[in-house]
Amino acid sequence: MTYEIIRSTTPKRIVVAMSGGVDSSVCAALLKEQGHEVIGITMQVWDYSRFTNPDGKTFGSCCSLDDVYDARRVAESLQMPFYVVNFEREFQRHVIDNFCDEYFAGRTPNPCVLCNQVLKFELLMRKAQALNADYLATGHYAQIREVDGQPALFQGRDQHKDQSYFLFTLTPQQMRQTLFPLGAMTKGEVRAQAQRFGLQVAEKAESQDICFVPDGDYAGFLETQRGSGQKNGEIIHHNGQMLGQHQGIYRYTIGQRKGLGLSWPEPLYVVGIDATQNRVIVGEKPLLSRRDFQVRRCLWNIEPPQSPLHVDCRIRYRHQPIAARVCPRADGGAEIAFTSPQKGVTPGQAAVFYLADRVIGGGWIA
Amino acid sequence: MMTPIYLDHNATTAVHPTVVDAMLPWLTQHYGNPSSVHWAGRAANAALEKAREQVASLLNASVNDIIFTSGGTEGDNFAIKGTALQRAEQGRHLITTAVEHPAVLETCRALERQGWQVSYLPVDSQGNLDLAQLESNIQPQTQLISVMWANNEIGNIYPLAEISVIAKARGVCLHSDAVQVAGRLPIDVQATGLDLAVISGHKFGAPKGVGALFVKSGNRLEPLMHGGSQERHRRGGTSNLASIVGLGKACELAGVEMQQNAVHVAQLRERLQQGIRRGIRGVFFHGAQQSDHRLPNTLNASFAGISGESLLMSLDLKGIAVSSGSACSSGSLEASHVMTALGVAPQLAQSSIRFSLGPTNTAAEIDYVIDELAAAVSRLRQISPFENF
Repeated sequence: MTYEIIRSTTPKRIVVAMSGGVDSSVCAALLKEQGHEVIGITMQVWDYSRFTNPDGKTFGSCCSLDDVYDARRVAESLQMPFYVVNFEREFQRHVIDNFCDEYFAGRTPNPCVLCNQVLKFELLMRKAQALNADYLATGHYAQIREVDGQPALFQGRDQHKDQSYFLFTLTPQQMRQTLFPLGAMTKGEVRAQAQRFGLQVAEKAESQDICFVPDGDYAGFLETQRGSGQKNGEIIHHNGQMLGQHQGIYRYTIGQRKGLGLSWPEPLYVVGIDATQNRVIVGEKPLLSRRDFQVRRCLWNIEPPQSPLHVDCRIRYRHQPIAARVCPRADGGAEIAFTSPQKGVTPGQAAVFYLADRVIGGGWIA
Repeated sequence: MMTPIYLDHNATTAVHPTVVDAMLPWLTQHYGNPSSVHWAGRAANAALEKAREQVASLLNASVNDIIFTSGGTEGDNFAIKGTALQRAEQGRHLITTAVEHPAVLETCRALERQGWQVSYLPVDSQGNLDLAQLESNIQPQTQLISVMWANNEIGNIYPLAEISVIAKARGVCLHSDAVQVAGRLPIDVQATGLDLAVISGHKFGAPKGVGALFVKSGNRLEPLMHGGSQERHRRGGTSNLASIVGLGKACELAGVEMQQNAVHVAQLRERLQQGIRRGIRGVFFHGAQQSDHRLPNTLNASFAGISGESLLMSLDLKGIAVSSGSACSSGSLEASHVMTALGVAPQLAQSSIRFSLGPTNTAAEIDYVIDELAAAVSRLRQISPFENF
């Protein structure tokens, strides 16, 4: 579907979500070249000046505001209208607050899925509609194609860049108004297009996983958001033995080995986090692998199944999907059974279900 | 996009063609530094001083009381910080209003961080100041009262002559940010009794980056820019000559054209306001509504139930340039401090749009804007999640 629309001869009004990076810039340039009326919008979701300018007395450089300027420069070089919309409050409410809640509940959240779901494909989509746009386009590596008259989500052609994992919440209505112009391209092709268009961002580095924690210090970020305090608790071996103290469960994630400060004959890994008892559970390597787990709040891009379904299941971004059996539950969750035990089944991450390269649904690992 | 229509003259204006002509020789032929002794410098200095006379004439100021600056923000910083630094020993209190331009407000806040006390006078729901309250805020420590001549967002004109009587009686220095008034309505700094006043060229047909500060003789200011003898040691830095020549010419033209321009834009503003009233439900106009209490070119309205940002973008895509309550392109989220000071509810403040007209606008443009505005408001209300008017 994507292909037919972006190559259609009737010019459409299309809002492009521009981040200042190479992907969304090429996305805008391609659509513009095809003769569409393209409008660039950058979402400002985070007041980055808070990192450098807490009291308003001094000023410093601000790398992420630079991205807004990059996006603006690209839009200006393409001679298209460009706007910045401020979603700071919404981002705080829907993404940051959830991010913190999840960590303090002993889970490892995936804010990018929520940001796509709420910020891009609800709020920004609504903005595009307010501007009378026919479509919202993003630089995601994913594809929307029609199956039996309904839009369906597929992996991007570039296996290394595929971002369909982040998009499993898209509804058919959203997909009908969404374009992924890069879905059938490889990253190399996109960079070549950036060169061809003479975009200054062609050589820009890939953005980081979590944009609002640029230094990777999650614990520091969480304490800034929620305050520090008495968060210490016990580190327990899987067999029940108390091995030491932790400094707050939000500092730990499943599979973590470093920084535990324990002495034990074998290497120990975090294998569980028990928020109600404020405990971190550690164990030997084999305990990291699980065959069975549960997901909550499933969303389906097919008719919700009534009986067990064989799928390929991806449990984190860039994870190679593994064959699994999905048994839907009446409460909207599902029981998942891999064909063989897998490492890194992490509560709070999304489990996304594929049939071949099509996304048919997903849920949140409990 | 159709022929662009520009209704954002409080943000900036086009350079007047006559101003361009006046400036050109100072970009293409003459290159002297007005501070130089030789022939090149003398020619440049003559142009600089002619411009000073033109500016002084528009303001009815003495020539020696005009200091050229880079514009309104520098002028306000200079007037306020310059006074504060000069008089820090005598007291550290300032009075200003809650609706000033950020060039004044942020300068005052910067001084607060250095130990100054600042009183921010509130306004009523029409944007009017209570002069009795102003007077009661004057203390023995008060060194400066800073009140804008006209507000950039809602167009209210403040009674500087009356404020001056109060300030004089209490022996307090009076500064006015006159950026939105200069070149649009008559300014007489002597009759009004101002000690300091700031104008900016690009609001009335001169280029961006040039303005002037009026400092009544006898007032001493600590300079902001050290390092040169320009402007009689009050503002260092090589004179921005071509732009200053442009500012002078714009002042001269304003003296001739101001009256008829004001009548013209007032008629168009009335046409716009009537058209909005007739064609659109759920509209709230902000600021003073009596014509002698507001700028002739400014109209600020909220369209209940929709976001001003979306409306601004929709009009832009139709070629119509206006501005919204939260005007910052860096994506500032806060509702305009002016709307907040008026007590406008946040959601209504977020739906406000400022139209500011200029002499080149036409009745046909206004009629087109009314039609497009009605269509955009109607469409946005249909998809708005909170239609509640």
